[in-house]
Amino acid sequence: MRTLLDPESVARGLRRMAGEIVERHAGASDLVLVAIRRGGLAVSSSLRDWLGELEGHQPPLGSLDITLYRDDASTALPNPRIGPSEIPCSLDGRHVILVDDVLYTGRTVRAAIDALMDYGRPRLVELLVLVDRNGRELPIQADYVLKAETIRNDERIDVFANESGIHAVVQSKSSPTIPPGAPRPEVK
Amino acid sequence: MTQERIRHLLGIDDLNRDSAERLLDLADTFLEVSRRPVRKVPALRGKTIINVFFEASTRTRTSFELAGKRLSADVVNIGGSSSSTSKGETLRDTVNTLDAMHADVIVIRHAASGAAHYVARYARAGVVNAGDGMHQHPTQALLDAFTIRSRKGRDFRGMKVAICGDITHSRVARSNALLLKMLGADVALAGPRTLLPTAVESFGCRVYDRLEPALDGADVVMMLRIQRERLGAPLLPALREYARVFGLNATRLKLAKPDAIVMHPGPMNRGVEISEEIADGTHSVILNQVEAGVAVRMAVLYLAASEPGAPTDG
Repeated sequence: MRTLLDPESVARGLRRMAGEIVERHAGASDLVLVAIRRGGLAVSSSLRDWLGELEGHQPPLGSLDITLYRDDASTALPNPRIGPSEIPCSLDGRHVILVDDVLYTGRTVRAAIDALMDYGRPRLVELLVLVDRNGRELPIQADYVLKAETIRNDERIDVFANESGIHAVVQSKSSPTIPPGAPRPEVK
Repeated sequence: MTQERIRHLLGIDDLNRDSAERLLDLADTFLEVSRRPVRKVPALRGKTIINVFFEASTRTRTSFELAGKRLSADVVNIGGSSSSTSKGETLRDTVNTLDAMHADVIVIRHAASGAAHYVARYARAGVVNAGDGMHQHPTQALLDAFTIRSRKGRDFRGMKVAICGDITHSRVARSNALLLKMLGADVALAGPRTLLPTAVESFGCRVYDRLEPALDGADVVMMLRIQRERLGAPLLPALREYARVFGLNATRLKLAKPDAIVMHPGPMNRGVEISEEIADGTHSVILNQVEAGVAVRMAVLYLAASEPGAPTDG
């Protein structure tokens, strides 16, 4: 296992991206952050804090569970534990930034865009990820990337949050999901 | 992450406490779908669900139909009088025919107890029992448990539930008693002695031939529909007599807890088993039950129609 991003670099990176968002859109007045469950939850709430610091107020934050929108939804085993999707306000005419931890095949993002459209018609949808890794299977790209990384086929990127912050690590595909010694509390 | 499939849901005995609770959790997700601006998710796109209702039903059939459609499945309804059954086809042949049309799920309502089990024995499709004779109506019990849970909390232990009316002929009573006992509730059954089943002890419930002791301190009061077609039969007293002795009214409801909820599977006979003021009163959660019905049936259909296969990541 090797560290890709430690909590400090994640915090610095998210602050930089918050600034980029505000600069690119001349403010964040009609912005809504939408986390893709569950990977995007910790990243989006930290990003919201930075945006709040820059802008003086925090943008609304929602979350999407994309299980029912997966392209293999009806052929994969059903998932009896689907998390809640919570969109706090109307998305009509708003600027939505989808937030996820790792961009990989692009299939999750494809599903998230479909899910989003069922809640309204945003003016603009952008994608922000912590790590952009190789292995895309659909023509999807991120607008804000903290770190781009090419890893081997037998490796995987895990992002997790604990008391010290958000970590990203590269590890062997065969290793268990939770990195040793790192408790993975439920991130709100 | 636990992954599983419910191939058939024929009765409450197909579930255990754990799987029942997971199913109710899943229904929470689907309740959210029904409250969105676009009330549809693509989960069962390309799947076919056939509702076969040999017995008349508007509410249950509509609920299953909406549930399937909100999951993007293709839903076809077949009614008893319009089906080949009226031309003499056997149930076995009907099942074979639906299988040949590649149905993924068959939802069946039938007047004969055991009909759903019979269909499940021969069908390739998943089978969901939407009520078979005097036997079971599992999705009704699940939607009732869902409604109770959303009002009274997830822990059923020590919760007092009174199920009142024609217990013998009621598949709703049977499925509810089984499920609520499984979840840990304290269930009381009450009805005229002639309408209490002889083997009623096997449910493991308290049984009364009067309403009052069942209502005493109850958290949940569930009234059953008196089937008018049975009135006048030797088992039942006259309508007005029934209302007087076994109808739920404001005076009787005072015996229950102040925050008790009143349920009814519908359709109601206002003024018979339930008074107007109670049916429309603040204790009534009857319309919440209807909303819960679609969500619970979405969960059941989702689990029954999804095929085993390798989950992928992305």
